[in-house]
Amino acid sequence: MARIIVVTSGKGGVGKTTTSAAISMGLALRGHRTVVIDFDIGLRNLDLIMGCERRVVYDFVNVINNEASLNQALIKDKRCENLFILPASQTRDKDALSLEGVERILNELSENYDYIVCDSPAGIERGAHLAMYFADDAIVVTNPEVSSVRDSDRMLGLLASKSRRAEQNQEPIREYLLLTRYSPQRVKLGEMLSVDDVQEILSLHLLGVIPESKAVLSASNSGNPVVIDDKSDAGQAYQDVVSRYLGEEVPHRFVDEEKKGFLGRLFGGR
Amino acid sequence: MSVNPSQNSSPAAVELKSGSITLPILKVYSADIADIDQQLQQKLGKAPEFFRNAPIIIDLGELTDDQKQSLDFDALLKTVQGLALAPAGMRGGTAEQQKLAQAEKIAVLADVRTESAADTATDKKPAPRRAIPPPRPITATTKVIDQPVRSGQRIYASGGDLIVLAQVSPGAEIMADGNIHVYGSLRGRALAGVQGNLEARIYCSDLQAQLIAIGGNYRTNEGEDDSLKGKLVQVYLQDDALVVESL
Repeated sequence: MARIIVVTSGKGGVGKTTTSAAISMGLALRGHRTVVIDFDIGLRNLDLIMGCERRVVYDFVNVINNEASLNQALIKDKRCENLFILPASQTRDKDALSLEGVERILNELSENYDYIVCDSPAGIERGAHLAMYFADDAIVVTNPEVSSVRDSDRMLGLLASKSRRAEQNQEPIREYLLLTRYSPQRVKLGEMLSVDDVQEILSLHLLGVIPESKAVLSASNSGNPVVIDDKSDAGQAYQDVVSRYLGEEVPHRFVDEEKKGFLGRLFGGR
Repeated sequence: MSVNPSQNSSPAAVELKSGSITLPILKVYSADIADIDQQLQQKLGKAPEFFRNAPIIIDLGELTDDQKQSLDFDALLKTVQGLALAPAGMRGGTAEQQKLAQAEKIAVLADVRTESAADTATDKKPAPRRAIPPPRPITATTKVIDQPVRSGQRIYASGGDLIVLAQVSPGAEIMADGNIHVYGSLRGRALAGVQGNLEARIYCSDLQAQLIAIGGNYRTNEGEDDSLKGKLVQVYLQDDALVVESL
């Protein structure tokens, strides 16, 4: 049985797809058979971030409508043989997804994979609801600013009441907080909520802090999940996140401003 | 098998249906007919038209065994009928009294609290007069929430108190007919006594609520000072104004 992980947030643009790509690649690189599903029907992005946009033939909606088999639609990653991508349809909308169809596909995938990562669309409507409904674990991606925190709180409420585990009175979904685009410098200047502020409002287990980093944008543009870039701070932070998710004790990094040496101070940037 | 056509074609002359009708119950606490007569006259005098020829149930279940033995049920019936009431049924009382009632064409009703006299007569074991009711679980009226109440969630404790053992986020709404207790940060809306109970109170360990209300009297946190933040407080209504007081 696969473990189903939903990457969700409520708010858009906080880094759900980047996180889905990084975590699925991170899990696959550690030998776990992993599939990542793009639930953002109509606004397909995951294929770009994963660098497989030219290999999309069939998509999630085709499989739901029995127009293609799962094996036809799944795209095998070229960098890691354990990773598969199920892209979204770009020409349809979220109403093309049905609860029964999603359940059937997840059940089928469960037999062959260790982890199923569901990349949720923004919002709390149908697409987001279906992405989280069958989840076992939820990674709530939040930016350190008030509207993102509130939307995450709303999403946590939905996870606790509108998911399959909640409706069937099973053990609740395990919820993790992932703080992205974090800038210790701006926190110090009082321009950004700190980790502690966000933790106080959401009171959630902190899976990791991803620093604001140029590496994320260049990774997205080149179609390589940032987790592969082990020289970058964001790549290392995502490696830590995967380790923590798998149960390892890893101290949090990138939370405090790094002490700059004399030369660093002299030249400013990194 | 022959079929009588008239049975099928004619409209139904009668029908048995179940229904419930509320009747006044005359609870008898004394075996003294003169006393009963006098007090009943007093009570009926307050609304004579209402009780004229009203059907009534005579309940002897409150009497002690001795009183039941000494009660002249025949005289009681005549007294009640003399006051223009129509006894329609009785419950409780001894086996003889129930037999008498049946002879007078008065229905003998099952007594929900005590077994009927005929049953107790055959039962050799001395049954306890009144079973001690089992303690009511507190959840019958009190709702306990041990998970954080998130933005957009609404919790309503109907008919009782609400206890929240975690935080209440901004944008969440908690309501109770009774009191509200929050043992985490209260940052959402809290409405106590929503059915109009002005005695309801809100207790919380960290008041940062967006809105607090008791029995419809509400206040937002606009312009509130932060001096009570993180302190144990109670909120109650005094002269139509909400009072926030540290404990």
